[in-house]
Amino acid sequence: MSESTIAVAPAAAAEPEPRRHRPLVLLLQGAWRQGRTKIGLAIVILLVGLAVIGPLFAPYAPDKTANIPGQAFAPPYAPPTAGARLGTDTLGRDVLSRFLWGGRSVLALSALATGIGLVLGVAVGLLAAHSRSILDDVLMRGMDVLLAFPQIVLALVAVATVGPKLWLLVMVVGITTAPRIARVTRGAAIQVVERDFVHAAEALGESRTKIIFGELLPNITSPLMVEASLRLTFSIALIAGLSFLGFGLQPPAADWGLMINENRQGLEINPWAVVAPVSAIGLLTIGVSLVGDGLSRASIGIERGGIDR
Amino acid sequence: MKLLRGISGFVIRRLLLGVLTLLVVSVVIFAATQGLPGDPARAILGKNATPDSLAALRQQLGLNRPVASQYWHWLSGFVRGDFGTSLAAGQPVCCSKSSSLLGGRIENSAFLVLVAALISIPLSILIGAMSARRRDGPFDHVMSVVTLALAALPEFVVGIVFVVLFGTVVWLLLPPVAIIPPDQAPWNYPKELVLPTLTLVVAVVPYISRIMRASMVEVLESDYIEMARLKGLRESKVVWRHALPNSLGPTIQVIALNLAYLAGGIVVVEFVFGYAGIGAALVDAVHNQDIPVVQALAMIIAGIYVVLNLVADVVTILITPRLRTSLS
Amino acid sequence: MSAPAWDGFVVEVEDLRIEVESQGVDIVDEVSFQIEAGEVLGLVGESGSGKTTVGLALMGHCRRGARITGGKIRIEGRNILELSTAELRALRGRTVSYVPQDPGSALNPALRIEKQLDEVLAAHRYGNSGEERRVRLLEMMDEVLLPPEGRFLKRYPHQLSGGQQQRVGLAMAFACRPRVIVLDEPTTGLDVTTQAHVLDTVRNLCEIHRVAALYVSHDLAVVASLARRVAVMYAGRIVEAGPRSVLFQSSAHPYARRLIEAIPVISGRHALAGIPGNAPRPGRRPSGCFFAPRCTYAREECTREFPPVVRIADLHEVRCYRHADVLAEAAHGRPAAEELTALRADDRLLAVDHVSARYGERQVVHDVSLAIESQECLALVGESGSGKTTLARCIGGLHRAYTGEVRLRGELLPAGARARDRETRRQIQYIFQSPYSSLNPRKTVGQIVGQPLRLFFDFGRREIDARVAVALERVQLVASVADRYPDQLSGGERQRVAIARALVSEPTVLICDEVTSALDVSVQAAIVELLGGLQREMGLAMLFVTHNLALVRSIAHRVAVMSEGRIVELGPVDRVLGQPQDEYTQRLLADTPTLEAVPV
Repeated sequence: MSESTIAVAPAAAAEPEPRRHRPLVLLLQGAWRQGRTKIGLAIVILLVGLAVIGPLFAPYAPDKTANIPGQAFAPPYAPPTAGARLGTDTLGRDVLSRFLWGGRSVLALSALATGIGLVLGVAVGLLAAHSRSILDDVLMRGMDVLLAFPQIVLALVAVATVGPKLWLLVMVVGITTAPRIARVTRGAAIQVVERDFVHAAEALGESRTKIIFGELLPNITSPLMVEASLRLTFSIALIAGLSFLGFGLQPPAADWGLMINENRQGLEINPWAVVAPVSAIGLLTIGVSLVGDGLSRASIGIERGGIDR
Repeated sequence: MKLLRGISGFVIRRLLLGVLTLLVVSVVIFAATQGLPGDPARAILGKNATPDSLAALRQQLGLNRPVASQYWHWLSGFVRGDFGTSLAAGQPVCCSKSSSLLGGRIENSAFLVLVAALISIPLSILIGAMSARRRDGPFDHVMSVVTLALAALPEFVVGIVFVVLFGTVVWLLLPPVAIIPPDQAPWNYPKELVLPTLTLVVAVVPYISRIMRASMVEVLESDYIEMARLKGLRESKVVWRHALPNSLGPTIQVIALNLAYLAGGIVVVEFVFGYAGIGAALVDAVHNQDIPVVQALAMIIAGIYVVLNLVADVVTILITPRLRTSLS
Repeated sequence: MSAPAWDGFVVEVEDLRIEVESQGVDIVDEVSFQIEAGEVLGLVGESGSGKTTVGLALMGHCRRGARITGGKIRIEGRNILELSTAELRALRGRTVSYVPQDPGSALNPALRIEKQLDEVLAAHRYGNSGEERRVRLLEMMDEVLLPPEGRFLKRYPHQLSGGQQQRVGLAMAFACRPRVIVLDEPTTGLDVTTQAHVLDTVRNLCEIHRVAALYVSHDLAVVASLARRVAVMYAGRIVEAGPRSVLFQSSAHPYARRLIEAIPVISGRHALAGIPGNAPRPGRRPSGCFFAPRCTYAREECTREFPPVVRIADLHEVRCYRHADVLAEAAHGRPAAEELTALRADDRLLAVDHVSARYGERQVVHDVSLAIESQECLALVGESGSGKTTLARCIGGLHRAYTGEVRLRGELLPAGARARDRETRRQIQYIFQSPYSSLNPRKTVGQIVGQPLRLFFDFGRREIDARVAVALERVQLVASVADRYPDQLSGGERQRVAIARALVSEPTVLICDEVTSALDVSVQAAIVELLGGLQREMGLAMLFVTHNLALVRSIAHRVAVMSEGRIVELGPVDRVLGQPQDEYTQRLLADTPTLEAVPV
C-alpha cells in the first residue's frame, strides 16, 4: 500500500531540455537553414563588396574618358575593347570603372533612408499600439495621409520644390517609409498588447517605457525584421529609380541609376553601359528580398512551435 | 432595401472621411511645395533674373500674398475644376477639353492602368489559388521563387530588361518605345502598348498572387473546410465554393493598394517608354519645377488612392456576410 | 431510404495505427474497439491523447501531417481504409458523419445555413429534387429543435447563438440518416444549460435512429451522462475500456483511476489529487508502459514492454500489469480534503461596495457588494458573460471603468493599478486564465518571476535569484526552470510559473481568474491542490473566479454566484451548493453533469 500513497514529485518538469538560445538567435538560425537566405545573403555580400571595394580595382577615375589604344579620343558607346572592357558610355568614359564606382551611393542612401524610416515607424507604431486611446487614432490617421501617395509621387513633389538634393531624397524616402513600417509595427504590437503578460506587467506597475521596450518590442522583432528587409528592397528601388529619372546624383557623378539614364540612347550600340547597372540593381533587390523571405519563413516556423525544416 | 440604405450610409461616411483625408493631403502638398526651402520664382527664372522680373513673377504667381490666402485660392480653384496654369507651358493644367496640358494624358494613363489591371487581377487570383491548392507542390515552389524575385525588381529594371530582350538588343519583336501622338487614342497602338502593360503587370501580379495564396492557404486549413470535406463534397466544390469566397476578402484590400500603387508605377514606366501619360508629365514638370502641374498631379493621384480604397471597402462588405448583415 | 439492418457491430476498429507522416512516429497505435447500432461509446482522454485523431479516422480522414499506416476500420463489415477517394467521399456525410468541436468555426461564414445543409443532401443524392430536399431539410430542423422556417434557414452562421450553431451541426450530421456518427467534444465552449439541452438532443437522435456513435471528449462527466461504454485513452493507446458503471466505480488502470479522482465533485468535499508530470508526446514516449513514469504502482516489469490487453470481466478490458493490485485497493474512496483555515470573526480584509462596471458601452457588472476576510477563500461562480472576470479585474486594478468602492483594510483604492501605490500593488496579486498568454515568451522564467521583486523591493541580483528559486520550489518546480523560456514548458508548468510570480512578493490578496480552465483535468486538480495548500500555508485571502461549480467545494469557504452582472446568491459553500435558494443557482446545479449521477 505504501507505494500508492501520493507523493507529488517536486520536479514537475521531468526531463530537462537543454538550455536554449534567445528567441532572436533562434530566428536567425532558422533563417540560415533556408537555402534562399544563403543565396540572398551571398548576392547581397557580393554586391556590397563590389560597391565598397570595387573602386580600388577600377582602371580609371569615374569622370575620366577611357584610353583606347589606337584612338586619340575614346568614342561614345564604343563596344568592349582592350582599353575599356565593357566599352564606353555616352561621353566616352570607361563603363567598367563607372560601374565599379557607382554602387556606393545607392547602397548608402537607401540604407540610411530605411534606417530613418525604421526608427520613426517603430516609434509611432509602438506608441499608437500602446496608447489604446485617441492618440492611436490621431497617429494612424496621420500615417494614412502619407500613405495616400505612392512613395515616388511624394518624393517628386519634394524634388520639384527644392531640387535634386541627396539629403532631401534620404529624408523623403525615410519619411514615406515610416508610415508603412508604423502600420506593421502597430498591427503586430496591438496583438501583443492584448496578451495577458502585458496586463500582468501593468498590474505590477511596470513603467510605460519598460512595457514598450521590455514586453512589446521583443515580441515583434520577427515581423519587424521581415518588414525592414522588404522596405530596404523598396528604398533601393526608389533611390535608384529617382536617380534613373535624373533626380538623384547629378552628372558627372558615377551612379548606377544615373548610368542607366545617361546611356539609354546608346542601348543598341553598347548595351553594357545599361545592362551592367540594371543587373546590379535587379540582383541587389532580389538578394535583399530573398533574405527577407528566409527570415519570414523562419519566423512562421517559430510561431508554429518548430524551427526545423 | 435595408441593405441598400446601410451601404449608402456607409459610403457617405467613408466619402466624408475621404474628403477629409484629401483636405489634409492638400495641406501636405501645399506645405511641401511652399514650406520647403526654395523660391519658385527664382527657380523658374534662373540665377540671372533681375529683381524686377522676379517681383513681377511673384506678383503673377500670388507669392506675395499671405500663405493662407494662397492656399485658399489654390484649393478653391481645385474645387471649381481650375487646376492652375502651367508655368512652363502657360496653358491651364487641366481639365478644359481642348487646350489643357493634361487633357489627353489622363485618358492615356487611365487606359494603360485599366488594361494592366484587367490582366493582373484575374491572373493573380488564379496563380494564388492554384498555388494554395497544390501547396508545397512543384507549381507552388516555382511560383514562390518567381513571384518573390519579380516582386523585388523595380519597375524601371523590368521595363529596361523588356526593352533589351524584346525591343532592341536580343529580339526585335516589339517597339521599344510607346509614343502615342497627341489627338490619338492609345488603343490604336496595340503593339506599342504591349511592353508598358507587361511591365505594370509584372509589377503587381507577384504581390496580389502571394497574398491570395496566403489567404487561401489559411482558409483551406480552417475547420469549415475540413467539415466540408467530411460532408462528402467534391474537392472542386470545396475549393471554389467554400474556400474561394472566404479568401477574397483580404485580397481585395491588397488589390486596391496595388492599383493605387500603379498610379505611382506609371511614373517610371511611362518615362521608360516615353508614353504620353500623367506619369511622364509629372517627371517633366519636376524637371521644369512647374509647381502648379506637380500640385495638380499629386492631388489627382491621392484622389485615385482615396477612391480605390473606398471601392475596396464597399466590395469587401458586399462579399462578406458578417459585415454586410451588420449594416442592414 | 432506410438501409438494410446490419447485425453485428456497425463499427469495428482493429489495431489502428496512425503516424506522423514524415517521421514514422506513431500518434496512435494498437487501438481496437467495436460499436453496435444504437450504442454510444465514449472515448475519453486528455489533450494530446489521440482521441480526436481516432475519431477522424472513422471517416478515413487524417489531419495534415498524419497518416493511417496500419489496422482495419470496418463500417458495416467494409474496411474503409481500402476504399477509393470517390468511395470515401460517398461514405462521408452519408454513412459516417461528423459533429465538430467548435461549431462556430466549422460552419462556413460565407454561406447561408440553408445552403450548407442542402449541399449534404445534394452531394449524396438524398431526395430527387430541390423540393424533396427542402422537405427533408425542414424535417431535420424540427428534429434538432430549431425553427423549421425559411427565414431561419436564410441566416448566416454568425447570426446564430453557439447552441443554435451546434444544432445546425447536428442537423447536418443526421441529414442523410447515417449509420455511424462521430461527435468530437460537441459541447465544449457551450455554457452548462445549453450543453444540457444539446446533450439531450444527441441522446434522443442516436436512440431513435439506431446510430452507432463515438463520443470523443475530455469531460468524463459529460461522457458518463451519454455513453454506456467508455474507453480511456492515454498517449495514443486505449488503456482501459468497459461499461461506464464499472469504469467509474472500480477502474483497474491507475491512470483511469487517478483521472477520475482528479474530477471535482459537487456533492461533498474531497481532496483533489492531480497526476504529477506530463503525458509524453509522440516520439518521446518511454519504453514499456507509457504511464509508468507517472505511476505510483510502477514496477520494473512496467518499463520493459507495453502491457497486453487483459479481459478482467465481460466487456471490461485493461492494459496494466498491476490491475489486480489496483482493483484490490478500496474502490474509489476519496481522501477527505484538508480542513479549511478557521477564520477569525470580523477580520474583513478586502471590501467591494456597490461596484458597477462597464465594458465599452455595455454595463456588465451591476451594483455588486462583497467582502473577503483575511485568510478566506471566496469563490466567484458564473457562466461566461456573467461579469465575474470584469469584477475580478476591477479589484485587481486591470479594469478602470467602474463606479463604487474597493477597499483594502478599510482604505479606499483608486481605480487602475497605475494609480495605486507600490505597497497596494504588492499586496493584491492576480493570476490570469491562460498561462499561454500571461507569460512573455521572450523572457526566461527567472526574469518573469523576478519582475515583481525588481519592482517592489530594492534587492540585489543575488537576493532576487535566491527568492526566485524559493518561489519556484514553492510551486513544485525545479530551480533550473529559471533558465527556460515559457514555450519549453507544459500548460500546467506555465501556470505554476504564473503562481510563483504572483506569490514571490508575499501578497495578502490573491485573485485567481479561471486559472484552470485552459488546463486538462488532471493538471487542473494539481493546480487547485497547490493553490489550496499555498492559501492555507501563507494565510492568503483569495478570490477564486471559476465557471466550474464543482471546483468550489474543494477550495472555498464561501461562494458568490453571479449571473448577468449581479450576485444572485452568496453564502457558505455547503449551504449554497446543498440548499440553493436562488432559482438560477438551482438550475445551474441541475444542469451541471456529474459523475455521481451516473446510473449503475
